[in-house]
Amino acid sequence: MRKFLPLLAVFAILSASAGMAQSTSEPLPPKEMKWSFDGIFGTYDRGALQRGFQVYKEVCSACHSLNMVAFHDLAGAGGPGFTELQTKAIAAGYKIPAEPNDRGEITDDKGNRLTRPGVLADHFPQPFPNEQAARANNGGALPPDLSLIIKARNGGPDYVYSIITGFGQTPPHGFAVMTGKYYNPYFAGRNISMPPPLTKGSVTFSDGTPATVSNEAKAVVTFLAWASEPQLEARHRIGFEVLAFLVLLAGLLFLAYRKVWHDKH
Amino acid sequence: MTSLANATNPEPTRRDFLYIATGAAVTVGAAFAAWPFIDQMNPSSAVLAMASIEVDLAAIQPGQQVIFKWRGHPLFVRRRTPKEIAAARAVSVSSLVDGLARNGNLKDNAPASDENRVIKPEWLVLVGVCTHLGCIPTVSTPQSPQGSFGGWLCHCHGSEYDTAGRIRKGPAPQNLAVPPYAFTGPTKIKIG
Amino acid sequence: MAGHSSYVPGSGLTRWLDQRLPIIRLVNDSFVSFPTPRNLNFWYTFGGVLTFMLAIQIVTGIVLAMHYVPNADMAFSSVEQRIMREVNYGWLIRYLHSNGASMFFLAVYIHMFRGLYYGSYKSPREILWILGVFIYLLMVMTAFFGYVLPWGQMSFWGATVITSLFSALDQLVPHLGTSITTWLWGGFAVDDATLNRFFSLHYLMPFVIAGVLGLHIWALHVPGNNNPLGIDVKGPQDMVPFHPYYTVKDGFFLVLFIIVFLSFVFYAPNFFGNPDNYIQANPMVTPTDIVPEWYLLPFYAMLRSVPQKLLGVLVMGGALVSLLFLPWLDTSKVRSCRFRPLMKQLFWIFAADCVLLGYCGSQTADAVWTVAGIALPLVWIARLGTLFYFAFFWVLMPWIGKIEVTRPLPESIAQSVLGERS
Repeated sequence: MRKFLPLLAVFAILSASAGMAQSTSEPLPPKEMKWSFDGIFGTYDRGALQRGFQVYKEVCSACHSLNMVAFHDLAGAGGPGFTELQTKAIAAGYKIPAEPNDRGEITDDKGNRLTRPGVLADHFPQPFPNEQAARANNGGALPPDLSLIIKARNGGPDYVYSIITGFGQTPPHGFAVMTGKYYNPYFAGRNISMPPPLTKGSVTFSDGTPATVSNEAKAVVTFLAWASEPQLEARHRIGFEVLAFLVLLAGLLFLAYRKVWHDKH
Repeated sequence: MTSLANATNPEPTRRDFLYIATGAAVTVGAAFAAWPFIDQMNPSSAVLAMASIEVDLAAIQPGQQVIFKWRGHPLFVRRRTPKEIAAARAVSVSSLVDGLARNGNLKDNAPASDENRVIKPEWLVLVGVCTHLGCIPTVSTPQSPQGSFGGWLCHCHGSEYDTAGRIRKGPAPQNLAVPPYAFTGPTKIKIG
Repeated sequence: MAGHSSYVPGSGLTRWLDQRLPIIRLVNDSFVSFPTPRNLNFWYTFGGVLTFMLAIQIVTGIVLAMHYVPNADMAFSSVEQRIMREVNYGWLIRYLHSNGASMFFLAVYIHMFRGLYYGSYKSPREILWILGVFIYLLMVMTAFFGYVLPWGQMSFWGATVITSLFSALDQLVPHLGTSITTWLWGGFAVDDATLNRFFSLHYLMPFVIAGVLGLHIWALHVPGNNNPLGIDVKGPQDMVPFHPYYTVKDGFFLVLFIIVFLSFVFYAPNFFGNPDNYIQANPMVTPTDIVPEWYLLPFYAMLRSVPQKLLGVLVMGGALVSLLFLPWLDTSKVRSCRFRPLMKQLFWIFAADCVLLGYCGSQTADAVWTVAGIALPLVWIARLGTLFYFAFFWVLMPWIGKIEVTRPLPESIAQSVLGERS
């Protein structure tokens, strides 16, 4: 309707001209990437999910927990698609903190935490027993849990991809990199506590995909996107069915509306 | 009004067919929309993940019972001595209070012979909930006998079970249930 | 118009019931045979949409409460782990509830602006309008409490900022504000005690809304609906029974609204939200930008535009309270903006002002808008916007009503509707 144009114009002008003062500590906008899960028909690339799981397991899990993901999720629909047997084997390869033994102890003679092999119902174990231990092992910084990281950051997968591939650049003249931190132009303040996590060949992909930093990053970002939104494929599928039905229903209701009002207009 | 006239008109016109079709579509849509609200009360994936457990029996000594937790209930695993097995097999099924095996691995009408209460005779696996009103029965050992049949005694109302977990005396109507389980190794079982 | 009931019980059973509890008669008189102006347009369907959205929020909310844990240590994971990942269709019910809140407010703003445009707040519908404002205030409170429950960073810090506003009362009576804040919190900061009581109140308020909604519909049915021409109905030729004419019209536009709603739920479920709320609440770390949900942004902008704490609270509260006086602030004898050329233009400027204030509220406090090389701090834009908001109600409306030359009104609704089509 014509009446809306002024409102839309106001909004458009505001959005277009809101400028940010560019300074050298303002982060760069994230690199624009294409993901298999983009768009209304998006799905997760199974191969990328499995490779991404491998990257998480072999690289990221040293510091980052994945609390909300259970081993059995790896076998679920819309996920990496491991079989139940494979998932059981993956779970059994993990050491899960065990319940107290019959003497009420939770550590062995040397003070190590007693553990048991993981089962499907277990969640991914934490790399550190508590926040203080995590900080002590990471120069005072707390590596965030990655279960929701894609949804918890503006820019989502593009942002996370930019961060983990954004290392190694030369800081602009006069920019001071704080001690113990690394220069990353995509991170707010450009000083990030995380060391560059990926290098060429950090992992060896069993499906033969070349282990470039970009491929490793794409894989782990896809995996983390799934961890943040495991229900994405079901959501897209059900959404299509529901909206298609509603469009048909709207059509029927429109015809009924016209019929009812036929002689009243 | 025209709609009232149509409501009393017995012959469905083309206009009525549209209304019926629309009404039917709305009803079908509502039914599909209602399903998630009903299904959300079904056990969640976390609950279902705990529906099966695997236990290692290697550390259990003959004559010893260990209790595990399965689906929110206690699970009795008893390593029977040859004497206990013989005592269970000496009983005729027709003399039992409950003649059915109550074994999740067998058909409902299987009789309560000792063979039908176990997979390997040495290992007796039972759901540790008295079939009377749900208390947890106490296991009978040579050092501390409970009841007169060498199995279990439920202290709530005096039900007595034998060395195959079958009800012999007292108010309980059924033998202790045997859950569905299978051996995944010589001393490993998966229950549920 | 409330008048003679035309309901006749059709059977022995319904006659028996009608003598004891005439509920079928009530439903028939209110929603079946109820005479309604024949010229109601699309903008009049949002009342029905709002009733549907209230039902959706209550049903999804009750179901969510079967799984949610209102404890500071477990709230976040009860939502993000249990509901979103483990409960069958939990993700769907959660997204319906969170997006439903945004759609609820979208619908209520359209509904309120419709009332503003067609003069539905004017005599004899003043109580109807006031009840509507009460429902709106209850909605704002319900949404505020509800947003705290997931216990994300925005939940926690939004609660901290807004509840801290009460401490501004210290300037009026020493220690009064701090006592009230401590009482609200149940402690010395927003914590588990606060979360539990917010959960209880969040569960309660929608039922209070439902009760006031009943009064709102009753207050509507006494004088009957207003209409886009703003003129009174002259007789039966101006009206049609609510069923089937408006049940089918409301039904059609409701389905269109649901299509928009579900498009967000299935394809952009986090569009209205803030990523910071996917981080568990941390009292030791403040997010870089604390922003409320979009539907509260205009009031947030007003609050921040006043540098003094107590005055800011009074300005924000005054903006809401001003709505209650609307029936008496507008002095025009003509209801509908269709026949009020000056008021019509002011209406659209007011609507643009609300959008502008909302935009200001979404940006950081020190944001600057650069136009043609001139730097305009947004806080000054927000101040002008707030000034216009109050001027619109308290200065322009009374004045315009007196000086405006209105267009001639049509003879009757029937003449306007049927005459054009002959």
